[in-house]
Amino acid sequence: MSITCPPPASGLYDPRNEHDSCGIGFVVDIKNRKSHQPIRQGLEILANLSHRGAVGADPLAGDGAGILLQVPDGFLRAECAELGIALPPVGDYAVGMIFLPRDTHTRAQSEAALQRTIAAEGQVLLGWRDVQTDNSCLGRSVRPSEPVIRQVFVKRGAQCPSGDPFERKLFVIRKQAHHAIWNRELIGRHQFYIPSFSARTLVYKGMILARNIGVYYPELRDPRMESALALVHQRFSTNTFPSWSLAQPFRYLCHNGEINTLRGNINWMLARRHNMTSATLGADLDKLWPLIGDGASDSATFDNALELLLAGGYSLPHAMMLMVPEAWADNPLMDARRRAFYEYHAALMEPWDGPAAIAFTDGRRIGATLDRNGLRPARYLVTSDDQVILSSEMGVLSVPEEKIVKKWRLQPGKMLLIDLEQGRIVDDGEIKEQLASAHPYQFWLDATQIRLADLPPEVGPMAPDIQTLLRRQQAFGYTQEDLRAFLTPMAISGEDPISSMGRDIPPAVLSSRPKLLYDYFKQKFAQVTNPPIDPIREELVMSLVSFIGPRPNLLDLESGGTHKRLEVKRPILDNVDLERVRRIEYHVDRAFRTATLSMGYSVERGAEGMARALEDLCREAADVVRQGYNILILSDRALDADHIAIPALLATAAVHHHLIRTGLRTEVGLVVETGEAKRVHEFCLLAGYGAEAINPWLALDTLSASIPHLTPRMSEAEANEHYTKAISKGILKVMSKMGISTYQSYCGAQIFEAVGLASEFVERYFTGTQGVIEGIGLMEVAQETLRRHRQAYGNAPLYRQHLDVGGELAFRLRGEDHAWTPETISLLQHAVRSGDYEQFKVYSRVMNDQSDHLRNLRGLFEFRFASEPLSLDEVEPAADIVRRLATGAMSFGSISWEAHTTLAIAMNRLGAKSNTGEGGEDPVRYTPLDSGDSARSAIKQVASGRFGVTAEYLVNADTLQIKMAQGAKPGEGGQLPGHKVNDWIARVRHSTPGVGLISPPPHHDIYSIEDLAQLIFDLKNVNPKAAISVKLVSEIGVGTVAAGVAKAHADHVTISGEDGGTGASPITSIQNAGSPWEIGLAETHQTLVRNHLRGRIAVQVDGGLRTGRDVVIGALLGADEFGFGTGALISAGCVMMRKCHLNTCPVGVATQDPELRKRFPGQPAHVINFFTFLVQEVRELMAQLGFRTFDQMIGRSDRLDMRRAIHHWKARGLDFTRLLAVPLAPPGVATYHCEEQQHGLDAVLDHRLIAKALPALEARQPVRIETPIRNTDRTTGAMLSGKVARRYGHAGLPADTIHVSLAGTAGQSFGAFLARGVTLELAGVANDYVGKGLSGGRIVIYPSPDSSLRAEDNIIVGNTVLYGAIAGECYFRGVAGERFAVRNSGALAVVEGTGDHGCEYMTGGVVVVLGPTGRNFSAGMSGGIAYVLDEDGTFERRANKAMVALEPLNDAEETLNVRVLRDDWRAVAEAELPEDNLRHDARRLEILVARHAVYTGSEPAKRVLEHWRELLPKFVKVMPLDYRRALQQMQQQPEVRAAPQGEKASAAA
Amino acid sequence: MGKPTGFLEITRHEHGYTPVDERVKHFRDFVVPLPEAGVREQAARCMDCGIPYCHRGCPVHNIIPDWNDLVYRGNWREALEVLHSTNNFPEFTGRICPAPCEASCTLNFNDQPVTIKDIECAIIDKGWAEGWVTPQIATHRTGKRVAVVGSGPAGLACAQQLARAGHRVVVFEKNDRIGGLLRYGIPDFKLETLLIDRRLAQMQAEGVEFRPNSHVGVDIPARQLLAEFDAVALAGGAEAPRDLTVPGRELGGIYFAMDFLTQQNRRVAGGKIAAAEILATDKDVVVIGGGDTGSDCVGTSIRQGARSVTQLEILPKPPEKENKLLTWPDWPLKLRTSSSHEEGCDRDWAVTTKQFIGREDRVTAIEVTRVEWQQANGRQIMAEVPGGALELKADLVLLAMGFVHPVQEGMLRELGVALDGRGNIAASTDDYQTSVNKIFAAGDMRRGQSLVVWAIREGRQCARAVDEWLMGHSELPR
Repeated sequence: MSITCPPPASGLYDPRNEHDSCGIGFVVDIKNRKSHQPIRQGLEILANLSHRGAVGADPLAGDGAGILLQVPDGFLRAECAELGIALPPVGDYAVGMIFLPRDTHTRAQSEAALQRTIAAEGQVLLGWRDVQTDNSCLGRSVRPSEPVIRQVFVKRGAQCPSGDPFERKLFVIRKQAHHAIWNRELIGRHQFYIPSFSARTLVYKGMILARNIGVYYPELRDPRMESALALVHQRFSTNTFPSWSLAQPFRYLCHNGEINTLRGNINWMLARRHNMTSATLGADLDKLWPLIGDGASDSATFDNALELLLAGGYSLPHAMMLMVPEAWADNPLMDARRRAFYEYHAALMEPWDGPAAIAFTDGRRIGATLDRNGLRPARYLVTSDDQVILSSEMGVLSVPEEKIVKKWRLQPGKMLLIDLEQGRIVDDGEIKEQLASAHPYQFWLDATQIRLADLPPEVGPMAPDIQTLLRRQQAFGYTQEDLRAFLTPMAISGEDPISSMGRDIPPAVLSSRPKLLYDYFKQKFAQVTNPPIDPIREELVMSLVSFIGPRPNLLDLESGGTHKRLEVKRPILDNVDLERVRRIEYHVDRAFRTATLSMGYSVERGAEGMARALEDLCREAADVVRQGYNILILSDRALDADHIAIPALLATAAVHHHLIRTGLRTEVGLVVETGEAKRVHEFCLLAGYGAEAINPWLALDTLSASIPHLTPRMSEAEANEHYTKAISKGILKVMSKMGISTYQSYCGAQIFEAVGLASEFVERYFTGTQGVIEGIGLMEVAQETLRRHRQAYGNAPLYRQHLDVGGELAFRLRGEDHAWTPETISLLQHAVRSGDYEQFKVYSRVMNDQSDHLRNLRGLFEFRFASEPLSLDEVEPAADIVRRLATGAMSFGSISWEAHTTLAIAMNRLGAKSNTGEGGEDPVRYTPLDSGDSARSAIKQVASGRFGVTAEYLVNADTLQIKMAQGAKPGEGGQLPGHKVNDWIARVRHSTPGVGLISPPPHHDIYSIEDLAQLIFDLKNVNPKAAISVKLVSEIGVGTVAAGVAKAHADHVTISGEDGGTGASPITSIQNAGSPWEIGLAETHQTLVRNHLRGRIAVQVDGGLRTGRDVVIGALLGADEFGFGTGALISAGCVMMRKCHLNTCPVGVATQDPELRKRFPGQPAHVINFFTFLVQEVRELMAQLGFRTFDQMIGRSDRLDMRRAIHHWKARGLDFTRLLAVPLAPPGVATYHCEEQQHGLDAVLDHRLIAKALPALEARQPVRIETPIRNTDRTTGAMLSGKVARRYGHAGLPADTIHVSLAGTAGQSFGAFLARGVTLELAGVANDYVGKGLSGGRIVIYPSPDSSLRAEDNIIVGNTVLYGAIAGECYFRGVAGERFAVRNSGALAVVEGTGDHGCEYMTGGVVVVLGPTGRNFSAGMSGGIAYVLDEDGTFERRANKAMVALEPLNDAEETLNVRVLRDDWRAVAEAELPEDNLRHDARRLEILVARHAVYTGSEPAKRVLEHWRELLPKFVKVMPLDYRRALQQMQQQPEVRAAPQGEKASAAA
Repeated sequence: MGKPTGFLEITRHEHGYTPVDERVKHFRDFVVPLPEAGVREQAARCMDCGIPYCHRGCPVHNIIPDWNDLVYRGNWREALEVLHSTNNFPEFTGRICPAPCEASCTLNFNDQPVTIKDIECAIIDKGWAEGWVTPQIATHRTGKRVAVVGSGPAGLACAQQLARAGHRVVVFEKNDRIGGLLRYGIPDFKLETLLIDRRLAQMQAEGVEFRPNSHVGVDIPARQLLAEFDAVALAGGAEAPRDLTVPGRELGGIYFAMDFLTQQNRRVAGGKIAAAEILATDKDVVVIGGGDTGSDCVGTSIRQGARSVTQLEILPKPPEKENKLLTWPDWPLKLRTSSSHEEGCDRDWAVTTKQFIGREDRVTAIEVTRVEWQQANGRQIMAEVPGGALELKADLVLLAMGFVHPVQEGMLRELGVALDGRGNIAASTDDYQTSVNKIFAAGDMRRGQSLVVWAIREGRQCARAVDEWLMGHSELPR
C-alpha cells in the first residue's frame, strides 16, 4: 500500500530518498497480566530515548513516535458504553485506529468507504468513537497535517470464525477501504490511513515528540487503559516533512534500521502476483493488491509484506525468519536442521536485507530480532516479577537492580520471543528448533534441490580464432585498457584491480565516444543511514548463492517437496555450467525446460529497429514462459557481421520488467549469456536488473586467447577460476557497499542511479530507477551499439588489428577525454611556479573550454552576467574569500611528509585550511616552526580506522571531519599495506611498523543517523570549540542524508563529487560509484533550504574543482566552502602518475620511499599561488555577475543557464531544470550558512566533573569524585579529557589523578577519548561505545552491589567497546556485546565474554577474554594480542584465522613454577607489564587478570588465579602473523625503532 | 604493466656510436644499437604514467607506454603493430627525430628520460628483419584518384594512408628519385637510403604510383592535376632557403647547405652530379646556422676531409641545463651537441656575419661580430658588441639558416592557392584545405620548416581530411 504524505518531488527533492532509523523498545508482562504499568513504562522509555530521535527546524516537530498495545478492553468497553456502543466479548470485536482527512467531504467518503467494506465483508459495524487529542504539543509545521483521529468498532460477523480468520478479514477490509479512497481524486485523500485494525492490538502514533505521546493522546495516561505489553518507537528521519502514517509502530512491528534491498523486494513481491495462491486467504487474496506501493518507507513496506505472510498462514516467528534469515550459508556452527530450514526458505523469498532491529508483536506474542550482522543495538532485561524490557539501550527505565534476573542483548540473527499465551520466554534456539523440525526440510531439499555443480558435465563451446575474437570484442565495446587493466590482472591475481587518483573523464552522456549502457549507471552506496559491510573480514554474513528458475508459491506452506529448485554457488557461470543449464531438461526429470532467446537482430534494421526487436524479445519471453519453459537464457552469442546485439543490460532489464508486469517473473529463471559483461560493474548491473546468473562468454574467450601471454604461466582453467573469483569478490564488494549481504536480495534490487538517461526510457525499461538530469533514450543507445558494430565489421584500418585504446584510466590521445592532460597540468604547474597569473588564465581557459569536448555537467552551464558589472574593488576582498577554501583530505601515509606539510604550511599562510586525512598527525606539527610557519592541519579527520585519533589530536583541531565516504571509493574501507607503514607513519598512527592497517568500510560506531549524532556529540564534547563536519559523497538522496546530518547537529557538511581522488581503490569504485558534485550539491542545498536547515550548517563541495569558474558555479548551486585535492596536489608537483598505490611516485608526492621523496619539487609558494589565482578569478567573475559579497552568490542557481545550442549528439537530451531549481525560502529562512547549531552541551555531566577536578587540571593534585549516572548522561569523561589533553597533551596526568566513581546506567560513549590520568569506575552497567578512542585513561565497570546476578553471565557493556582505543586500560566485570575492542590500537582490556567480531581490525594492545566469545573473533586483526579462556575447546571454530595464529601461551612453564604468593593478587596487579610482546604471555596474562580481580572483584578472575595450573593451559593466545613478523624484525634491527633523524626539520619543506 | 620499480633500478643507456676516427672515413650509418636484452631493460624504465606526457609530446602521438611495455615483455611483434598504428615510418623517426617525446618523458623531469627513440628504432628494425612489415592492401577500392605532390615524409605518409583507404594515389617528385628531403636532405650517415627504398616497395604494393622527374609546375602543368585527379595534396616542403645578404655574398664558395648536402647524397648513391662539385676537402669550412642542417653540414664536411669546420650561430649560447620546473614537459631551449659536433668542429654563439671577404671571386674569409641580446617589450633585441669584430678564415661557407617558405614560383602561383602571412600555403589543421577547391596542403609547405615527425603527422592528418572530403566520412585515424 502507498501512504505517501511527504510533499511530491520537486527540484532534486524526492520523497523516495527519505531514511529513518530510531529508538525502539518494548515492555511486556510475560504472564500476560494486563495492567496500566506497561503503558506507563512504554511512555517512559520513549521519553528516555529522546536523544535517539531528532527535531528539525521546528523544535516541537519530532519525526514521529508511537506505541502499540493490546486492545485495552476495559477502557474501550467503558468509553463505548458511554457512547451507547455495547462491545461484544473480547476477541469478538475489533477496534480500528483511523486517521481521517480534515476535508469534510473526503472524511465522509472515507468513513463511508470503510463502513461499506465492513458490511460487504460480512462484519458488523458497531460505531465510531472520537479519540481525544491535545494538539497544543504539536509543532507549528506539523499542525496542518494533523488528521482527524477516530476509532471504529467492528463486531465479528457470524460467518467468520474468531481469531486468525477474523484478523485476516480485518486485513482484507482495511486494504480495500484504503484503495477505495486512495484511488479516487479526493482532496487530502492521503490523510486517510489506518494505523491499526485488529481485535488484538491498537496503535497510537503520530508526528509527535516522543515524550509527548501521552500528552497528545491523554487517554494513554488513563489508568483504565491496560495491556500486558507496550511496543514503542521513536523515529529519526533524515527529513522532517510531517508524515503521520510513517510514524511507527506499524500494525505488527517497529523497526530500527534500513532495508537496503527495498526496490528489489517490492519488485519481487509484485512479480509473485500470478503464481501466488493462498489456502487461508482464498479469493480474498485478489482483493489485497497492490500489496505494496511506492512511497511508503522501507519499514512500512516490510510491515505490509509481513502482514501478507501472517494472513497467508505463517506464524510471526516463522515469517520473521523468512524475511530476515540468519547467515546460514557456509556456517559450520549452525545446526543442520536449521540450515535446511533456511536453505529451503531461501528459494521462497529473497531476504529483506539491511541493518535491522525489529520488534514485533501480534498481541499474543512479542519479540524482536536482529539482522544477520547485528548492526543495530537491542538490549533487554528480565525481572524477577516476570517483565521483559527491551530497548535500543540500557537504562531507559529505572528498574531496581535486585529485581533484575538477566541482562542480555539481542545477538546477530537471533530472535527473542515471549509467548504470552504460554506465559514464558522462548529462546532463539527453541523457536528455531521448533520451526526447523515442523517439516522435513532436509528431505524436501534433497528431493528438490538441484545444485548445478552436481549435474553431469557438459562440453562448452571452444574459443574462436583471433580475428573473429577481435571483431566480437570490438562489437561489445572491448578496449585495450579492458584487456590490460582489467581482464589480464584479474586472470593473474584473482582480484578486482586497483588504481589511484580520481576519475576525470566525462559522464557517459557527454562522452563523444560510444559508451556501453553500463556507463550511464552509477552504483549507489550506503552512507550514514546504514553501514556498508566488510565483505572480506565479515565474509560470514555474505552469500553469492543464487537460485535459477521458478520460485515456489510464497504462501504454500505444505507442499514443500514438489518444486524443484536449481541452486548455484555463485552467479558467474563458465561455459560448461551454462551448457548444464541449457540442457538441464534432459537430466532432471524434465522439471526444468530451458529456452534460449537471442538478443540479436538484423543489422539491416539499423538503430531504428532496436525498439521493435526489444518488443519482440519481451513478447517472445512471455510466450515461452506461458508455454512452460521455466529457464530463459538471453543470449548474444549469435552476434556477427549481419546481426547486432541489443545491449544485454537493456534486454535483461526489459525482459525482467516485462515479466514482472505480466506477473510471470517468478515462474521463470533469467540467465544472461553475454559478450558484454567483463568488468565487475557490468555484472552488478545485470544482477541488479534481474539476472540470476551470467555467462560472460566473450570475457572467457578473451582469457583463453591471452593464456600464452600471461605471467606467471597458467592453465585456461586457472585463469578462468581467477577471473570468476575476481568478479565474484567484486560483486560482493559492490553489494556490501550498500550493506547488502546476499546475492539473492541484490538480484533485481536496482541499487543504481541513472546519470544522463531520459526518464521515459528509464521508466520503461529500468522501472523504478532514479535519475536526475535526463539524457539519451533508446535511439541513442541503439546508435552507440550500431557504431560499435560498424567499427567491428567495418574497414577502419585502426581497428583491423587493434581494439580501441580506451583511455579511461590512463590518458590516450585517441581515447577518452580527460580534464587533466599533459597540457592542463603543465600550464598549471608553470603558472604557479612562475607566479604568472596570465599563464594561470591560460590554464583555466583551457580547463574550462569545452567547445570541442564536453567534460562535465557544469561545462554546459552559462553565467547570466549582470547587465552592469561591478568594478573589481567593489567585490569582497580576497583575504575573506580565501577562508572558504581548504585542501582535500589526504593522509600522511598516502602522501609524503614533504607533500603533506607543504600543503599545510601554504594553507596556514593563506588563512585557509588543510586536512590531516585519516592518518593522524605528528604532534610535532602542533608547535609552530622557527620560520613562524605552522604545519598543523586545521581540519582533523576522523575516519573509520580512527588511526591516531587521540584526545590530543582532537583538541588541536579547528574542524573535526567525520569521513563517511570518499568520492573515489564511497562505501569502502581502505588498506595501508605493511610495507608502507614505516616507523614514522606507525608512530603517528599509533601502530606497529611493518604491520598493515585496515580501515573498515563502516565506522563501527555509526550504523545509523542517530549514531552519527552520537559521534558528533562525542567529538563536540572533547573539543567544544571545533566545528564538526561530516563528509558525504554525491549520490541521489545525499541531500536527504545531509538534512539528517544537519539535524544530528553537524556544523558543516562536505559533498564530494565522484571525481575525488584516492591513494588506492578498486577501479570499479573509482569509475562507477557516486555522481558528479553538481547533482549532489544542488540536491543538498535544495533539501536543506526546504527543511529550513540551511542556515545551521556550512556546505562544502569538493571532488573535481579545478578553476575559479568551478568555485563560482559551486557557490551558485549552494556551496559556502570549497575543497581542492588534486588541483592543490598538482600545484605542489603531482603529475598524475596514478601510481600512488605502488609507492613509486616519481615526484615524491605519493610515496614513502626516502629516495623518491627527495624528488619532491613542491613549495608552499606554489600552492599559495594556486589559491591566490583561483580567488582572483572568483572575484573577477563575481564582479561580472554583480555580487559584492560571496554570501549573496550562494544558492543563486537562477544565475546559471544551460547552454541551449548543444551540438553534441548525445547531450542534446540533457535537462538541468531540476538541478537549477531554486528552492522556495520564505522570508527569514536562511539560504546560506549564517546560524549556529545547538549542541546541547550545557547539561553534560562533565561540567560538574571538570569543576571538581580543577585541582587536578590546574595543579596535578589527585581528586576523588562520586556521582550517580543515568542513560541520558552520554559521553561521560570526554569533555574532561579534552581539558586534560589541551593542557597536558597525549601524555596526560599521572595514572588515577582524577578518579571518578559513578553508580547507575551510563549513557552511550562512556569514557570516550578518556585521557591518561583519569579513571572512571562505574558500579552498574554501560551502553554502547564504552572507551571509544580511549586515550590513556582507565575504565572499570562492575555490576551494582545491589545486583544479585552472576555477572559473568550477564551483559555489562554494549556494542563496539574500545573502538579506536589508543592507550589505557579497561576492566569489565561481565560480558560485552559485538565488536569488542574493534580497531583497538593500544588499550589493555579484560572482559568476561564477548559477542561476535571481537578484536576485529585490532592493531595493538592486549585483550583478555575470560569466557566465551562470539563468531568471527580476530577478523582483520593485524596487531596486538588476545588471550581467550577456552574451557570447552570450541574457540577455534569461532575465530577467524585469516590473519592470526592460535597457540598456547609461550612462558606458561615458568609461571607455573615461580608462583608462590597465591593470594597476593594486589602485588601481582601492581607489577609492570612485560614490554616484549613476543614473550612473557603467561606473566602478562597473570598481571592483567590480577588487576581485573582487584579492580572489579571478578569471580572468574579469582578462579583463574586460584586454579592457575589447571586453567592456564586452557588459554588460547591469538597472535597476528604480521605482527609477530614485524616484532621479530624490530628486535633484529633495533635501530629502526628510533625516529628517522632530520625528518622533523624537513617540516619546513 | 612494465616494471613498476624499473626506473629506480636501471640507469639510462643509449645506443653507442663507432669511434669518431673510424666513422668519419665513410658515409654509412655508425650507430651501434643496444643488444635486444639491453633494449628490453631500457623499456622497463618506462613508468606507464597515468598521464604519459611523451604520448602528447610526440607529434604523431606514438603510444609509447604501450610499446615500451610490450618490448619489456618481449612481445615485439605486437609492439610493432602499436607503433605502426600512429607512425608510418618509425625507421626514419627512430633515427633522425630529435625526440620531443624524451623531453616530455616524466622521468626527464628529475631523472634521465626513457630511451624512447632507441626503443622505437629497435622495434621497427626488428620488424623489418623478421619480415613482419608487409603491405596493408586495401580490401575495397574507392575509385577516387589523388595526386600527392612531393615525396618527402609528409607526401609519403599522406600517400600511404590514402592508398590504405582504397584511393588511387600518384606521387609526383621533381627529383630523379623518390624520398624528397629524406633521400637528399639528410646525410646517408644519418639515414641510409636503403631504409627509404624498402618502405617505397611496401607502398608500391599498397598501390601507390611514384612519378619521379615530374616537377609539377615545370614539367607538368599544375592545372593538369586538377583535371586528372579528384583531389590534390601539396606536400612539396619549404624549400626556399633563408639567404644572408651581406657584402661579398656574390663570391664563389658560398653555398646553401641543401645544395651541399644533396650533392653528397647523390654522390654516395652513385648518381651524376650535374652542377659544379661542392667539396669541403682540405678547406676551412664555416657553417652559418646552428640548427640540425648546420650540424649535417659539419658531419659531411668532416667526412669530406675539411681542414677545419666552424659553426656559427647568431643566438646566444643556450644553457647547458634547462629549468625543468618551468619547461618540462615542453621542448626546452638548451645546448644540444650532435654526433657531428663530436667529430670535431668549433662552435660559436652570438655572432653575426658582417661581410664575406674574397679573392679572385672566391671567398677566403668571413668577418663577424659579437652581438648581445636584450629583452625589450617581450621581444629579443640584438645589438652588436662594440669592438667585437673578428675575421675567420673560410674557403667554403655553407648557409644553413633555415627555410623561409615553400618555393612560390611555378606550381603555387599557377594553382593560385592563398598563402599565409609567412608565405606558406594557408590551410588549417582541421581540414588541410587550401583556398582552392580540392587542393590540400600538408607538411612544411603548409606549416613552414619543421621536423620529419611533424611532416608525417601532417601527411597522415591530411590524408584523413582528403578521405573525409572525398567520401563524406573517414575511418583513417588522425
